[in-house]
Amino acid sequence: MHRIGVFVCHCGTNIASTVDVKAVAEAAAKEPGVVFSADYQYMCSEAGQNLIKDTIKEKNLTGVVVCSCSPRMHENTFRKAVSAAGLNPYLLEVANIREQCSWIHKDIKDGTEKAIVLTRAAIAKVVLNAPLVAGTSPVTKRALVIGGGIAGIQTALDIADAGFEVDIVEKRPTIGGKMAQLDKTFPTLDCAACILTPKMVEAAQHEKIRILSYSEVCGVKGFVGSFKVKIKRKARFVKEDVCTGCGLCTEKCPMKRVPNEFNLGMDERRAIYIPFAQAVPKVAVIDPDHCNMLKNGKCGVCAKVCSVGAIDYKAQDSFVEEDYGAIVVATGFEPINIDAYDEFAYSQSKDVVTSLEYERLMNAAGPTGGKLLRPSDGKHPHTIVFVQCVGSRESDGSPKCGKSYCSKICCMYTAKHAMLTREKYPDTEVYVFYIDVRTPGKGFDEFYRRAAEQYGVHYVKGMVGKVVPENGVLKVRAFDLIAGEQLQINADMVVLATAIEPDKTARPLATLLTASMDTNDFFTEAHPKLRPVESPTAGIFLSGACQGPKDIPETVAQAGAAAAKVVGLLAKDSIVCNPCVAHSDEKLCNGCSRCERVCPYGAITYVDKEFKMPDRSIKIRRVSQVNEAVCQGCGACTVVCPSGAMDLKGFSTEQLRAEVDAICK
Amino acid sequence: MSKQKANALREEILRISNVDPLKCMRCGKCSATCPAYDEMNYHPHEFVYMVERGAVEELLDDTSIYRCLSCFACIDRCPRQVEPAKLIEAVRNTCLRKQGANHFKADMLPGKLDPELPQQAVVSAFRKYAK
Ligand SMILES: Cc1cc2nc3c(=O)[nH]c(=O)nc-3n(C[C@H](O)[C@H](O)[C@H](O)COP(=O)(O)OP(=O)(O)OC[C@H]3O[C@@H](n4cnc5c(N)ncnc54)[C@H](O)[C@@H]3O)c2cc1C
Ligand code: SF4
Ligand code: SF4
Repeated sequence: MHRIGVFVCHCGTNIASTVDVKAVAEAAAKEPGVVFSADYQYMCSEAGQNLIKDTIKEKNLTGVVVCSCSPRMHENTFRKAVSAAGLNPYLLEVANIREQCSWIHKDIKDGTEKAIVLTRAAIAKVVLNAPLVAGTSPVTKRALVIGGGIAGIQTALDIADAGFEVDIVEKRPTIGGKMAQLDKTFPTLDCAACILTPKMVEAAQHEKIRILSYSEVCGVKGFVGSFKVKIKRKARFVKEDVCTGCGLCTEKCPMKRVPNEFNLGMDERRAIYIPFAQAVPKVAVIDPDHCNMLKNGKCGVCAKVCSVGAIDYKAQDSFVEEDYGAIVVATGFEPINIDAYDEFAYSQSKDVVTSLEYERLMNAAGPTGGKLLRPSDGKHPHTIVFVQCVGSRESDGSPKCGKSYCSKICCMYTAKHAMLTREKYPDTEVYVFYIDVRTPGKGFDEFYRRAAEQYGVHYVKGMVGKVVPENGVLKVRAFDLIAGEQLQINADMVVLATAIEPDKTARPLATLLTASMDTNDFFTEAHPKLRPVESPTAGIFLSGACQGPKDIPETVAQAGAAAAKVVGLLAKDSIVCNPCVAHSDEKLCNGCSRCERVCPYGAITYVDKEFKMPDRSIKIRRVSQVNEAVCQGCGACTVVCPSGAMDLKGFSTEQLRAEVDAICK
Repeated sequence: MSKQKANALREEILRISNVDPLKCMRCGKCSATCPAYDEMNYHPHEFVYMVERGAVEELLDDTSIYRCLSCFACIDRCPRQVEPAKLIEAVRNTCLRKQGANHFKADMLPGKLDPELPQQAVVSAFRKYAK
């Protein structure tokens, strides 16, 4: 005999203003099996939970239905309450009459009608619920950090300092990310290398950290607590453990004309190179697209000059497989491609540069040795125009692939560029064209005002409409919205504050991790306010600009927060599994393997099993078996199974049918 | 012009152009780029802002509407896809279409009179365009 209790929540006025909660409780009371039905102001409050507990005991309930907000909000709260009263926590169902009723209906009649239907469905389901017991699975006490920018480095250091092993997988030959390319950093103007390289070295020397540079994640299996990750170690053609980083080979290599990506193609490197002086690991790497030895079998100079015999032309990509309990994504950002903005003449003139290129032009280790020189003729520029918001804040569906979001960091780094330029070269006139100056950070607005007031940077509200290169000058046509006039400026250089976007490899990586992304390919957080460093996929954490545009202070703060979450997970010996997992009915299984192929977690294996046939003979049949510790209950197998052998505990076909029947009644 | 009339004209202009001035973020890039800038009293971004505020009368009475070259530079470069040139065209259309207006007054005749014109044309112009 079923004895179901139904509890209808008002959620203050959130539900009660568009759903007649009394009517819902009355309708529920008439359903078969229901022995108790009531409404209450806040079911999630302590008093509300006590009402559930007391009623379970008084009425000897066998199942509970709470009609309230989404189960994502409070299913756990109510499960705990049910469990405290001695009932199995899985004998609870939540009917979502807030997000699915009161918040989307204006008419109380419609809202109430739908709430009653959803309640009926929940009652029909709870009657078929079976008690489930959650198992546990062990936690591998190691973490993987993907991306070795400042975000990845900081997260790795914080996890390692807490005593857990960390691997950093970085796709480039060195860690450091974008910060290694910057000159000075706002708001305090300390040199980026001076504050970054000590951290890079600390990571390299930390006994708990291993850096897998020039490597990529190419396969992920498993789930929170026990991931199995396949990592591709790209061939470096230089033995990492032998190379001393002396750099002799990089001076002798005859292939000199390779665009240097670290300086954004503004100078050249050799085919064998070390990305920059403070690279970590400081190990040379051969670029196979430009090495004559690898392409044509001719040359071999580097092998001859290397005194330790580190060169290995026969090296091949290799693969390693590692176990981790947690994975942190820290894949950062890239400036967008601005070829479509031909009004700014970026591809027509070398003197039109992006802000990241400008960083390199100001940097002592950059292509000009830190002297500000025009890329076209090496002369000192006297008039520089900065254009903000290039490719940011555009309308959705922008034909130039602009971004609808604010890239957030450009106002501050443009103020920085303008200020540093005026400081070093007071004979230079500097204009900044802005739509809005956005500086909501500690000390940020003061910084921007300093640029305008103390350094005499001309801030003009308005956009640049066109840049025309003509006889060695850049004719800039712009608009001054405050003066209400069109301006013509003859500039020597134009600097474009280019929008930023997630790294192009982020999308395929998200697919491997089954982590969700927004339409701009930034990783989404589990909750925008309350769980900002966790992905909705358990065991995957987010650090740095891969989650949204961020400056260094914010990146480092988020990196530490992600590390704290990882440490919280790795500190546990085991985690409670979700008992709503798949199981197969061996009698129905025909061994077709479809479920095995579709399972994203590798939870299904096949075994040969003996079956007694009706004629008493023994037949060996191949049937599927679910590893309950691995299954995440996604239900994909139940959909592909042609014989109906696969079912999901807690969401069985029978239960779902009962719900549909109740809705259609 | 009464407020009501101005509003009706504004709606008409928005309908013809299919432009939503609320999308404008006031960056001025359209006016920064406009080659006819010096010829205009009201510039592309002002068209957007003034139509939004319902100040259509000033625009209808101004020669700026005939100065737009239809080069579409503003349409190409506007970061918010506002399409100011379409709005300017719609204001011009609205002006040309103004119904029941006295487009040709007797005192305008001496200035326009060409001795070569046939009498018939003058009469016909009066019948078509004057009240
Ligand atoms: C022109 C400019 C000036 C700036 N100036 C300042 C400033 O003055 N002050 C300030 O606070 N901030 C500044 N910033 C912002 C700063 O660069 C970022 O906040 C910071 O770099 C973000 O760090 P990150 O680690 O999240 O990303 P990144 O620095 O982009 O690092 C990401 C790393 O992950 C690696 N990676 C990417 N994909 C993969 C993959 N699939 N597998 C393995 N590895 C991968 C990348 O190679 C890279 O090493 C500036 C930015 C720009 C563009
Ligand atoms: S370019 Fe577009 S967004 Fe900018 S002022 Fe003109 S209409 Fe408005
Ligand atoms: S279309 Fe007209 S308003 Fe727009 S830029 Fe060209 S001339 Fe100026």
